[in-house]
Amino acid sequence: MKTESINDLQRICSQVRRDIVRMVHACQSGHPGGSLGCTEFFVALYFKVMNHHPSFNMDGKGEDLFFLSNGHISPVWYSVLARSGYFKPEELGTFRKMNSRLQGHPATHEHLPGIRVASGSLGQGLSVAIGAAQSKKLNGDDCLVYVLMGDGEQQEGQIWEAAMYGAHHKVDNLIATIDYNGQQIDGPVNEVMSLKNLKAKWEAFGWTVVESDGNDLESLLTTLEKAKNLTRLGKPVLNLMTTAMGQGVDFMMGSHKWHGVAPNDDEFAKAMAQLEETLGDY
Amino acid sequence: MNKYSFTDKKDTRSGFGAGLHELGKKNSNVVALCADLTGSLKMDAFKKEFPERFFQVGIAEANMIGLAAGMTIGGKIPFTGTFANFSTGRVYDQIRQSVAYSDKNVKICASHAGLTLGEDGATHQILEDIGMMKMLPGMTVIVPCDYHQTKAATLALGDHVGPAYLRFGRPSWPVFTAADRPFVIGKADRMVEGSDVSIFACGHLVWEALEAQSTLESKGISAEIINIHTIKPLDAEAVIASVNKTRCAVSCEEHQINGGLGDSIAQLLAAHLPCPMEMVAVRDSFGESGKPTDLLKKYGLSAEHIVEAAVKAVSRK
Repeated sequence: MKTESINDLQRICSQVRRDIVRMVHACQSGHPGGSLGCTEFFVALYFKVMNHHPSFNMDGKGEDLFFLSNGHISPVWYSVLARSGYFKPEELGTFRKMNSRLQGHPATHEHLPGIRVASGSLGQGLSVAIGAAQSKKLNGDDCLVYVLMGDGEQQEGQIWEAAMYGAHHKVDNLIATIDYNGQQIDGPVNEVMSLKNLKAKWEAFGWTVVESDGNDLESLLTTLEKAKNLTRLGKPVLNLMTTAMGQGVDFMMGSHKWHGVAPNDDEFAKAMAQLEETLGDY
Repeated sequence: MNKYSFTDKKDTRSGFGAGLHELGKKNSNVVALCADLTGSLKMDAFKKEFPERFFQVGIAEANMIGLAAGMTIGGKIPFTGTFANFSTGRVYDQIRQSVAYSDKNVKICASHAGLTLGEDGATHQILEDIGMMKMLPGMTVIVPCDYHQTKAATLALGDHVGPAYLRFGRPSWPVFTAADRPFVIGKADRMVEGSDVSIFACGHLVWEALEAQSTLESKGISAEIINIHTIKPLDAEAVIASVNKTRCAVSCEEHQINGGLGDSIAQLLAAHLPCPMEMVAVRDSFGESGKPTDLLKKYGLSAEHIVEAAVKAVSRK
């Protein structure tokens, strides 16, 4: 557990957002929208909430584990891994380029420290995280497993297979989070395939649900602490986290249009002007 | 007369169940997951003795594959169990991303493969699974021939590191290999030595090939029978050594002609030792309900078809 103040964490968020925009601009591809929206969440986990070791080993015994199910928001994860010591920030410049460990979607194949399973094909991460949580229980390891999913991803059937299993098997050393930004590639989630009452659905599946504002660091930290206190009580925990897609860059905010599009040079300059360089660009 | 005989018939899935139970005693990291087919997969003994290491998943195969991938993190060795159709076709993407591409030590154990599933019909008789699994980079594919070999293969997988697919079946089948016959993953097993034609078989068809061998002998054709229990990695050395001697080949499998053992061998021989080759396999069709041995006859996979194929291969030399 690190002890960064809210102010320090805000400054890290600003740099992470710069990293995200610079990465997708440099290779003219990738997914800035969801990455920007989840910046506070990743910074909170890796700089405050999780007990983790940047020296990295795959088994992760005696540390908290994180899994990203919606793998397309890899830019934010890569930035946070680099900024928290898993690899050098300079490597962020190789994102999506040939011979890089930073694949378009996260992978273990190139042995990038911090990644424990490939993701990108949606709907699979919750199952993997539950498996890892049960492995921890078998090993008598009382650390926690965290997993992030997208809201559009809730349309995948496997999510609900995993939801049913997690409650049935009382996987209560797990905190799952949904990035509830209401947007997916083809448009607003409510227009593409409405999730209706997502909170009620998860509760009906037997999970304890907490709600958070994913772009308000202070309240997010409070909610994550509350979620931690709800573990070990016989039920898995779900954090329904509202965010704005594209948060932090005014012209990208709140629209599905920036789900998977890179900024051009003018847009890039505009975005950079809105994001303070706090830790030094890579 | 067939050089191998049997006094007992058993299903290969029971060999898996026995192997898994023994593995459970040997290695506390072995865990088992099952999608509502514990009895069919013969996983009851493991479940009874190691309830804390047995995970009932319900009818949710995609989740089962993901869970297994996750359980490897922390050092568990998961064996998943369901029918071959639901172990592969239904969850190909989950296996591809979370297991194969992520290089997870998951053992996908699949019963009721092929036509010999019998009466349940084509919805369950998967004939494409070997192809799907062998196409995945890094995936080991094993198709054992009888009860003892399935048990030995299961035990061997406990020590093997990396993703693997183990395919076995439902019907009672001759038990013709000795319980202590050595089994090494990736090492072909020559059952009968011969000089005129190399017959490469896997799974239930190894027995059919042995029956064919005795018929061929009476026709004056000396057939070498090689059990290719590991289709990937293929024992190229053994295949080439045999064909170097016989100069023609026959493959036999309870699988589509596309994607199975036959095309692995054809690919190898085309590159290194071109020669006449015949394939005994299902020819681009689905199966149907019926008795296992009747189905093998109707779809051209029984001993008589292997004899025909061998005669043809020899005549093309």
